[in-house]
Amino acid sequence: MRIVVAKPGLDGHDRGAKVIARALRDGGHEVIYTGLRRTPDEIVRIVVDEDAGAVGLSSLSGAHSVLIPKVCEGLRKSQMDNVIVFAGGIIPEHDRKSLYEEGVRAIFGPGTTSSEILEFLTTMEERSESGDPVGVGEEAGWHW
Amino acid sequence: MKQLDTLLDEARSGNRRSLSKLLTLVEEGHNSPLERGIGSSLGITGPPGVGKSTLIGKMIDVWVERGESVAVLAVDPSSPRSGGALLGDRMRMTNADSSDLVFVRSLATRNHPGGLMDCLTPMVDILSECGWTNILIETVGAGQSEIRVVAFANRILLVDGPDRGDIIQAEKAGIMELADLIVINKSDLPEAERAANAVRSALSVVEDESTPDVLMVSALSGMGVKELIDELVKTTTSHERERLRVRERLISAWDSALLTSPKLNDILQALEKGSVTLAEAVDSIRKDG
Repeated sequence: MRIVVAKPGLDGHDRGAKVIARALRDGGHEVIYTGLRRTPDEIVRIVVDEDAGAVGLSSLSGAHSVLIPKVCEGLRKSQMDNVIVFAGGIIPEHDRKSLYEEGVRAIFGPGTTSSEILEFLTTMEERSESGDPVGVGEEAGWHW
Repeated sequence: MKQLDTLLDEARSGNRRSLSKLLTLVEEGHNSPLERGIGSSLGITGPPGVGKSTLIGKMIDVWVERGESVAVLAVDPSSPRSGGALLGDRMRMTNADSSDLVFVRSLATRNHPGGLMDCLTPMVDILSECGWTNILIETVGAGQSEIRVVAFANRILLVDGPDRGDIIQAEKAGIMELADLIVINKSDLPEAERAANAVRSALSVVEDESTPDVLMVSALSGMGVKELIDELVKTTTSHERERLRVRERLISAWDSALLTSPKLNDILQALEKGSVTLAEAVDSIRKDG
């Protein structure tokens, strides 16, 4: 799969995103890493131009509840409804429900193994093949 | 294929999503709806870490300032083991994601047999047809397979730097013979002038009117980038270099045909056993046509 790994907002911590990018590459995916401090609009633009099937958003600054929904909304506006959105970093439990409602399909916190993320992507590919909703613009509800 | 024509129509009228989807289909091997070779591209290559992506980022700024559009196809290698790839070129093109005048697509080499990236020409054609003025193909110029990639461009800019023995590496790889223009990046570093002179003297052995110019730029400060853009407008290729590029394309197509031949395994086994010679093996594949 082609996957954009992005750092939205002013968060300057990219170690996690880079580790994930390498793990996804080693799992056979083509990973486009955006670099630091991207706006939601820029991330949407990158996903469109790269025709990515998924985007992983890394956030450790606490701005996830603002930035991640903006990316989701931007993707829907750009007719990228079938793009899979997943997130990682420091995202407290009580903030997760609203993100899942926005169409985020998985949130990975500290301690997640890279094989779990690869497993998630395999599951998404299988769901997609059998016509189950996976994308940010498709029916919300199911999440990892 | 109906879908491709529809996407092309939408892409022509400025729909980025359709353009992007169309490029994906062509990358996956679908035939382009356009006549082959209508577009023209500039290949940008050079050793790893020399500052190609950063320089392209600065070149983009100059073009955008002048109101010209830029599309970049940034090629990076796929892992031979996992088939995956880490494509990080666009993170160095910092202003590339906000202007409507810029389109950047990262491409993995996908381990095609013979290093053949046959999709590049139709991709350039599509971008050209959709109105993109400056079309760049960026690739690491580290070895033979990368030369094969950049040989699909119509003109080649070689980027080199002052901080290593890069020039010798470039000569070894044969990339200097293909370059229509050479820039030494990191001109802010003290050894840059010396590196530029080393390249000039390497070129001067067989100097004629088609010998490429050597410019100095700093992608860090932006110094010399406007001059580089102005120079590019004037830069033409030579018949000799055109021939070399066509030759590289032919060789990669030939290798690709060999490596995908249904007879390949039989021939390898016969060679192992010693029942055919190399010359006989080549003859046998050629007869197969």
